[in-house]
Amino acid sequence: MNILVCISHVPDTTAKIEFTSDGSALDASGVQFVINPHDEFGLTKALQIKEAGGGTITVATVGNATVEATMRKALAIGADNAVRIDAEPTDPMAVAEELAAHIASASYDLIITGTESIDYNGGIVPGAMAAKLDLPFINGCIGLSIDDGQIQATREIDGGKEQVSASLPAVVAGKKGLVKEEELRIPNMRGIMMARSKPLEVVATQGAAARSQASSFAKPAAKAAVQLIEADDMDSLVQKLHQDAKVI
Amino acid sequence: MVLVFAETWNGGFKKATFEAVQYGATCAQSLGSSCIAVVMGESQENLASLGAYGADEVVHIADSGAFEPNAFAGTLADLAEARSAQMIIVSGTANGRSLVGTLGMKANAAVITNVTSTPSNTSPLTVQRGAFSSKGVETCVSQSDRTVVSIVPNSIGTGSDDGADASVSTAAASGTAKTQVGASEVATGSIPLPEAERVVSGGRGLKGPENWSMIEELAQVLNAGTACSKPVSDIGWRPHSEHVGQTGIQINPQLYIAVGISGAIQHLAGVSASQTIVVINNDPEAPFFKAADYGVVGDAFEVVPKLTEALKKHFA
Repeated sequence: MNILVCISHVPDTTAKIEFTSDGSALDASGVQFVINPHDEFGLTKALQIKEAGGGTITVATVGNATVEATMRKALAIGADNAVRIDAEPTDPMAVAEELAAHIASASYDLIITGTESIDYNGGIVPGAMAAKLDLPFINGCIGLSIDDGQIQATREIDGGKEQVSASLPAVVAGKKGLVKEEELRIPNMRGIMMARSKPLEVVATQGAAARSQASSFAKPAAKAAVQLIEADDMDSLVQKLHQDAKVI
Repeated sequence: MVLVFAETWNGGFKKATFEAVQYGATCAQSLGSSCIAVVMGESQENLASLGAYGADEVVHIADSGAFEPNAFAGTLADLAEARSAQMIIVSGTANGRSLVGTLGMKANAAVITNVTSTPSNTSPLTVQRGAFSSKGVETCVSQSDRTVVSIVPNSIGTGSDDGADASVSTAAASGTAKTQVGASEVATGSIPLPEAERVVSGGRGLKGPENWSMIEELAQVLNAGTACSKPVSDIGWRPHSEHVGQTGIQINPQLYIAVGISGAIQHLAGVSASQTIVVINNDPEAPFFKAADYGVVGDAFEVVPKLTEALKKHFA
């Protein structure tokens, strides 16, 4: 099976987020970047599928050369090759078009993405890409098995889950649950050494037009200092929730 | 014209549906145009009643079948084209999130998700949205004549519901499904987390799954949803569907009560958009207190039952 895993290069979950002084962009200085956590579940799932039935795993990212360190990490975890589409990922619809153009030029049986990236939290690319390619799309996937070209998936719905089936090729947007947290792979020394010589192809942009633009970023308004309530005085907490916060 | 995907669950409207309709009506007013709510699938609701939230017209597409992203997006995109929609409003529920990307591509639109306020400008469409897991607020400008806007449930709220009945018309589904939807399982009696106005959440400080009845009792008095931290779902004390945080469900209820949760940055990323946060923890140094509105330093096993009793008295 030929699997493509689309990965995003995002600030680490513990990163303190600051914006440039003009508010135009993320201030990336001192920020550690990682593979988007939702994508890590997809990458591990792809490795499990390959280990069970053979195949090739390609990872793809839309971005400039700074994302290559993150792509090398995916190669060290076990992907076979990588494709970087050389465009600035400023608009999710344009990113979806760039990825779709690459997918159309290759022959992937399964395309796995994270359900959203933890930086811009769009959650738009997977479904847009599937629509562009006219492929089945399963979002919020928390369980996946493939047998004889057929997908049996479990997707998250509000307050529960739903079974979905589809034929390959298809686009699956996954998250935690696709594999268990303890199954996630981390690169070992041998993987890191091997990753250096694995192919990382740079593909030119299609020049897909942006349909939206971030005009500015700000930090959310700071909260007032916490009001501490004595542990044996819950009546006054209830009163504050009722009279001051007006939430009960 | 503003089109609103008026989502139903088992044929009934969700609370998030009213919020989306009202958001659409507000946008339509700014644009000087009308608001059309689209109800897909069989429904036993009084469809004209969406007029109470500002819909001018309701289009009922009864033969849509169960939610399927390609099918629903296809039908909505065709309707958006036929009615020259400038905006398509979707609530960021699980189905809404499954729909938006596909809908944007099919409707040849810009897509802006995670939106938390009404537009500051409608030409060009300019809205604020959450980014960096609630650690940032982005102002986003559409560069397209048509924009799909997905709003965060609970972030706007519903205001007055005294509008006149909307006119109701019917149309046929035109989209095609690409996946087959099977059985679903939804926890009965529980309040879906993204929609819950109040949420009570437990962490490792509760020491074991057998102690969750205390959380459930507090939630019951408050008519709240129940949630948990990542470590609690990882060790299997509670189901994954209750995990709130950066890689779990992101919520923004009016009231969030965290019991025995230290407040790791990944947890805060999923809950910091809550309007009022109460933290109960026996460790006065727990980082969560810095993000809280009200804090109680004390033993959860003593504090929570007392709070439950105090609330019972309040609501009595």
